[in-house]
Amino acid sequence: MHELSIAMSLLDVAAEELERQGGGRVVAIYMKLGPLSGVVKQALCSAYELAREGSGMDDAELVVEEVPIVAMCGPCGGSRSIASVMELVCPDCGTPTPDVIHGRELELVGLEIAES
Amino acid sequence: MNETPRLVQVRQRILKQNDLVAHALRERFQRRGIFVVSLVSSPGSGKTAFLESMLASLRRRYRVAALVGDLATDNDAQRLARSGAPARQIITGTVCHLEAPMVEAAFEEWREEPLDFLFIENVGNLVCPATFDLGEALRLVLFSVTEGEDKPLKYPTIFNTADVAIITKLDLAAAVEFDAVAAHRNIQAVRPGMEIFEVSTKTGEGMETWFSFVTARRDRTPGFLTV
Repeated sequence: MHELSIAMSLLDVAAEELERQGGGRVVAIYMKLGPLSGVVKQALCSAYELAREGSGMDDAELVVEEVPIVAMCGPCGGSRSIASVMELVCPDCGTPTPDVIHGRELELVGLEIAES
Repeated sequence: MNETPRLVQVRQRILKQNDLVAHALRERFQRRGIFVVSLVSSPGSGKTAFLESMLASLRRRYRVAALVGDLATDNDAQRLARSGAPARQIITGTVCHLEAPMVEAAFEEWREEPLDFLFIENVGNLVCPATFDLGEALRLVLFSVTEGEDKPLKYPTIFNTADVAIITKLDLAAAVEFDAVAAHRNIQAVRPGMEIFEVSTKTGEGMETWFSFVTARRDRTPGFLTV
């Protein structure tokens, strides 16, 4: 269970960003999560419920966008969405695709801030 | 007063604190010519035996040291120290994986130590260590023939974030009817192009091939001197 420490890091990064934005009350935290990040959405959301208590962002809702794996396919000459983390192959031509462009995301992408 | 909240777009890695430390460590290791290899696996797959064998063999030509992470006890560090190489335990308490600041703190004692190789044995766990960069140059994922050929499919992320796969306990392969072809196929499915080594620390099978690979990787690193 590393999701709790990740939820706490998320709140730290969000607090830092809030300060940069001049403060306020965070209503929602938006993040992107890739299948290759090693983090499970449900576990992260449960951990977040615990972590936000007393963090100063107690009301902030966590909105997780799960993004697909996208990899470069040499023969097709472009990027392709990969259907399964268990098989990194191009869905069009079947070539193995080690060159992953997206799918490792564990990123804060937005904050919804109210004045107070 | 009922103002609509404003939406601010940002882009920040959630683990940026860990990543900053890992990045600084990697630069520091590179500058000092220390090739850092980390090991991840499930508990009981033979990480410590593999590491013992590596320390004993490599220390004839290289200056080697090991950091080993566990939730409790320093049994593994004691075991590794018997090889004659410096070994330090990182006791993580309740944390199920190593993080870059733990490596940084544990390495502090060796800050002046001339080293060629540093091995970092992660906590036995195929899930959590995947997420944390430790500043290593090479990450190994180990799994033993007794664990089943489908291990890579069950834990694709850890295999995907590793650079090399080591299949251990080869001496037991026949007894458990290990299907090497299926194991290789499954590794390639989750991490196309991954290098795979099959070893037995008990019989020594495959170890020389692995040693040649890892020493060549170190010696070929730009800026590192050949020993």
